[in-house]
Amino acid sequence: MAVDTSVDLRTRLQNWLPKIVLAPSFALVLIFVYGFILFTVYLSFTDSRMLPSYGLVGWENYSKLFRIREWDVAIKNLAIFASLYIVICTLIGLFLAIFLDQKIRGEGVLRPIFLYPMALSFIVTGTAWKWFLDPGIGIENTMHLWGWESFEFGWIKDRNMAIYTIVIAAVWQTSGFVMAMFLAGLRGIDTEILKAAQMDGASNWQMYRRIIIPQLRPAFLSAFVILCHLAIKSYDLVIALTGGGPGNATAVPATFMYSYTFTRNQMGIGASSAVIMLMTIAAIMVPYLYAELREKKG
Amino acid sequence: MSVASQDNAMKTGRAARVFIYVFLLVFALFYLLPFFIMLVNSVKPLSEITGGNMIALPQVWTLEPWLGAWSTAQIGVEPTGLRPYFWNSIKMVVPAVVICTAIGALNGYILTKWRFRGDTLIFGLMLFSCFIPFQIVLIPMARILGILEISGTTTGLVLVHVVYGIGFSTLYFRNYYAAFPTELVRAAQIDGAGFFQIFYRILMPSSGPITVVCVIWLFTNIWNDFLFGASFASGGAAPMTVALNNLVNSSTGVREYNVHFAGAIMAALPTLLVYIVAGRYFVRGLMAGSVKG
Repeated sequence: MAVDTSVDLRTRLQNWLPKIVLAPSFALVLIFVYGFILFTVYLSFTDSRMLPSYGLVGWENYSKLFRIREWDVAIKNLAIFASLYIVICTLIGLFLAIFLDQKIRGEGVLRPIFLYPMALSFIVTGTAWKWFLDPGIGIENTMHLWGWESFEFGWIKDRNMAIYTIVIAAVWQTSGFVMAMFLAGLRGIDTEILKAAQMDGASNWQMYRRIIIPQLRPAFLSAFVILCHLAIKSYDLVIALTGGGPGNATAVPATFMYSYTFTRNQMGIGASSAVIMLMTIAAIMVPYLYAELREKKG
Repeated sequence: MSVASQDNAMKTGRAARVFIYVFLLVFALFYLLPFFIMLVNSVKPLSEITGGNMIALPQVWTLEPWLGAWSTAQIGVEPTGLRPYFWNSIKMVVPAVVICTAIGALNGYILTKWRFRGDTLIFGLMLFSCFIPFQIVLIPMARILGILEISGTTTGLVLVHVVYGIGFSTLYFRNYYAAFPTELVRAAQIDGAGFFQIFYRILMPSSGPITVVCVIWLFTNIWNDFLFGASFASGGAAPMTVALNNLVNSSTGVREYNVHFAGAIMAALPTLLVYIVAGRYFVRGLMAGSVKG
């Protein structure tokens, strides 16, 4: 009897052990992610200023938020930045991958060159590009020294053009990574189909348009999701490159949230802008993750 | 990326091949040039930069900017150079990576080999946490760090990075262990091996590759983080990225561009080094983090 119960206890402990070991990290995620999200959502309905306060004000912060000109600017900037960034990165990544896949001599050297910017911090990228784009000492100055006197490139100081300099630097940093995703996709395509198509006399253009690019659908989807995610979160690069300026011409939701919450003491409005950001990302990520987890099961 | 090159190559004419090579080389130049310019200008005296061509090699080579950036440059109010902040980052990144990887390995092991009702939901919740915009947790995190009396310290930053790194490390190990034969685990169980014994003796010995991927991913992410560093440790405990941004943006008087570049390269060096040594794993890590769910 005594032996039986101790064995029983041991197996029972063994059965519980995995859950006990998993529990702390699950608890951390529940509190620090989901608890915090709820707290921020709650704050977005309060009159918090410098410190959290608990007087509920309903939807007031949200209606205020959408009347603030800077938020308007931030949303428009994000729309411009995200769409250009996603389209340009995808195009460059796709073409680099297709060309690298043509039995290129020196592929082993080129691939790391395309990819290394991804290892850098956005602060480093911002520091470098800020300087190249500065008309006084950067590219413009170099062109003048080389004798092209009329060359002008002052976008970073121009309220209407500054947001495009952020696109340039961000594309520089991430397009190589998109290339890697497409290259992995290309290397996974069944060559038998291609050979058959070639036998039937398909041209290169037809092969890519009809067979190869449709087969890259998963790579397109992943690239789109990752780039969306990076675009909405982009904070470091804007801070390092333009600091949100000139004026607030390059403000994005991430910088808006930070400045309203921590420097302008409008925590309620800051919280409501963070909630909008979360909703936007969730609308993209949740269906994607759901589909991925589903596939695994099936 | 370890997949061997296979025959997708098209039969192309000479002109098309020339075009392809030119296209690839132009982009190689586009990616390389910024780093080259930073490097060249970090060993020039300031007078050559303001008066000269940024692409030209230095006429006088000097290591002054590097020494300045490392130990005497003005960061915020103190002329300490980047040295103390470099060590702050090391003290932050090493414990965070070690703790996160260990927890991720155990979680991955449990979620694949000790499955229970609701484990997919738990994993789904952890997975989604990788993708939240961190702005949503900044306010409560600042409060909690204050309550725990670790705001503005490296310890606080380690906690933050561990909490938001668990999702990724769990994801990596779960996907990796899912392919590990469960029969081996069951056989060991029948032989009387316990939960931890199975982990140490059977799974750990074959976890080398995924550990490398996970460590590289966490290391680059945590080293390069700016938002958390700027929000929770802007003073003496600031990490390298925050200090670099301070150096570049708040220097009074003459802007010492050469010192800025030397500092930027210093901030980039650890991740670049990791990338050069284990680049092929880095790519695999980025892919695994993004493509698989």
